[in-house]
Amino acid sequence: MSSAGISLFDLVIAGVGGQGTILASDIIGKTAVREGLPVMAAETHGMAQRGGSVVNHLRVGCEFGSLIPLKSADALLALEPSEALRYIEYLSDDGIVLVNTEPVLPVTVTSGLSSYPDVGEIIDYLEQRFTVKAFNAVKLAKEAGHVQSMNTVMVGAVSKYLPLSKDVLIECIRQSVPKKTVDINIKAFELGRLQA
Amino acid sequence: MSTREFMLGNVAIARGIIEGGGQVISGYPGTPSSEIIDTLAAMEKRDFYVEWSVNEKVAFEVAAGAAIAGARSVVTMKHVGLNVASDPLMTLSYMGVKGAMIIISADDPSCHSSQNEQDTRKYAQFALMPCFDPSTPQEAKDMVPDTFRLSNKFQAAAIFRPTTRISHGKSDVELGEITSEKPQVKFEKIPERWIMMPKNARARHPYVLQVYEDIRKELENSPWNQLELDAGSKLAVISSGVASVYAREALKRCGLNASFLKICAYPVPEGKVTSILEHADKVLVIEELEPVLEDEVRIMAQKHGIDVEIAGKSEGLVPRHGELNVDVCMDAISNAFELPVVSSEATNLDLELPLRPPVLCPGCSHRAAFYIMKKVFGKDGIYPSDIGCYTLGVQSGAVDTTLCMGASITMSSGIYHAGEDHPICCSIGDSTFFHTGMNGLLNAVYNKADITVTIMDNRITAMTGHQPNPGMGRTAVGEATVAVSISEICHALGAEFVEESNPYDLMATEDVFKRARDYKGTSVVITRQPCVIDLRRSGVKKAMFSVDAEKCTGCKACVRFGCPATEFDIETKHARINNMCTGCGVCAQICKFGAITEVKR
Repeated sequence: MSSAGISLFDLVIAGVGGQGTILASDIIGKTAVREGLPVMAAETHGMAQRGGSVVNHLRVGCEFGSLIPLKSADALLALEPSEALRYIEYLSDDGIVLVNTEPVLPVTVTSGLSSYPDVGEIIDYLEQRFTVKAFNAVKLAKEAGHVQSMNTVMVGAVSKYLPLSKDVLIECIRQSVPKKTVDINIKAFELGRLQA
Repeated sequence: MSTREFMLGNVAIARGIIEGGGQVISGYPGTPSSEIIDTLAAMEKRDFYVEWSVNEKVAFEVAAGAAIAGARSVVTMKHVGLNVASDPLMTLSYMGVKGAMIIISADDPSCHSSQNEQDTRKYAQFALMPCFDPSTPQEAKDMVPDTFRLSNKFQAAAIFRPTTRISHGKSDVELGEITSEKPQVKFEKIPERWIMMPKNARARHPYVLQVYEDIRKELENSPWNQLELDAGSKLAVISSGVASVYAREALKRCGLNASFLKICAYPVPEGKVTSILEHADKVLVIEELEPVLEDEVRIMAQKHGIDVEIAGKSEGLVPRHGELNVDVCMDAISNAFELPVVSSEATNLDLELPLRPPVLCPGCSHRAAFYIMKKVFGKDGIYPSDIGCYTLGVQSGAVDTTLCMGASITMSSGIYHAGEDHPICCSIGDSTFFHTGMNGLLNAVYNKADITVTIMDNRITAMTGHQPNPGMGRTAVGEATVAVSISEICHALGAEFVEESNPYDLMATEDVFKRARDYKGTSVVITRQPCVIDLRRSGVKKAMFSVDAEKCTGCKACVRFGCPATEFDIETKHARINNMCTGCGVCAQICKFGAITEVKR
């Protein structure tokens, strides 16, 4: 099942509270509006933001509800590897996963209550089923100039698949991030785009 | 110039309040409603009054006062906040308003950030008030000015009920004109309306029942209630609010042609419902939570003697709990109309995922307070708690109950008076204490409950997004005001043991908790330390800490504390501190081997 005829592009963004998933969807959402497309998005706020698992749905060119049905997303943008698995059920069979390979260990793991799966195994699992682009976005963000630009690296990676212009995306990054970090974020975007 | 913006639903609602000429806006923070007032209060130029009130009942009455004086007012809260405000709600219904009043109560199906998933539409029925249930952020914005209009026309307050997916949804929103017309405010003495003594109340009740039916007729032609009859189909779907967009997508995905009635304004218009019932052989009603619409539809079918099959929650086709989505709607449609099932099966994951629950932030002072509380009151101690960030203290093993705002102190009193032997120490935040904790403390002191009340004062209303409260010395719009002292309030409420402590100082805090535990009567401990998020935003940066691997014995005492900045390296068998460290220094005090020290800058 896909969202053909219902939505131009269905994107699920998964991550951990604090990683900047909301800014990532904002950049893409604003770009879509700038390009004259209708957009519907759903975000995780409140209780779930305190280091918890967060997921945003973003539907570009869609005038229905913001929630993407199971197995309908064109792409899953995962800012954290285990979070890619947690929301994989939304991805359509011919969808693509873009995943940052750098894990964020939950307190349940650091305190020894549960274990974190091997990142290699996570990627293998995904690769057996979907098209996967896996890379260390934290490293790329550091290369761009700041670890916090990891979310923009990921936006850069997914940008190749979005029905949106690269120039307008960069313009929206320019307007969405703190002034001091504009150059870092644009570099992060470009580094991410090379991964796709 | 384009007037379309990518907007959060709550920002769109705030914009609707501005477009509709709102004059007085009050509220109490609560997810998913908080950003409405956050947005209005942050505006640089305002021609309206906006406040964070101390609780929802107070906020409601402020807005009600403004509305009977002739203003257009709005009160905002989350769904459970309406329980707190239900006393004025039920009688304001009789009283009505003079200007206009919108009661925004944001529902949270699936309990994303709530303790229950009650349906505000039930309150609207109960209070005989119209209710608006938007299906998209755009509609939410556009509805607000229309709700002001309707409220003013019928001189009745109106309920506006966004859900999480509207309030925290984002969409392209087309902005509208801002009205320049402002009603004049002048309080008129109308005793038979403003004084709800029995003689007046008795007369108002039948009047309000009539108004409710008049509003039902008015909503027959409302743009929010849309009927599309499909001449070629004997099947129909009636749906409400955000569920209506899921239902439409589900119909499209199922490839089914059916008549469709969207109801986003209540009370349900009888003409539109009977039209669709007469047109169809079978009708499926799809709505989130309670069968409010479904019950009305069944009543109307029976009243008009229409022979039509109605399906919905009573057949178990549409769940009465949890939020809906396209998949759930597709299942309901396939089952109701006997279509082949097309919805996807969930992927069966054979890798085990670690749980990732929300936790207290790295360096959060609540964690330190809970750590000491637990040490002093022991594993048999009883720890009633409250609603706020500190509910996450459940991971520290120091939260045993969470009922509703303010219930920590009162439940503790009840547990004590029931004859429980073990010591009782409850926790409540600063904002929650101002909200409804104060009455509980007064009651505990007055009735001699031998309990310890911990007021975790992090100098802000944190969980809902950092709103100011009466302890902070500033208002919603950032104006300086009196900073109310929590300890002076506690003394004034009759508490004789009231002590303050910095929870980052473990030894001093332990001493205070020990004396509070041993005190006979109601003791109050105020643990005071600003929220780490707020502190960081204000530019305070402390030196981080690190573990000296030579001295670390791998005992895990620091790791068990549960701060996300402390990790255990399985290979080296030593603890380590990651870059989330905020420099609170609590783990350094926990370490018995002096292995954790401040990193010299």
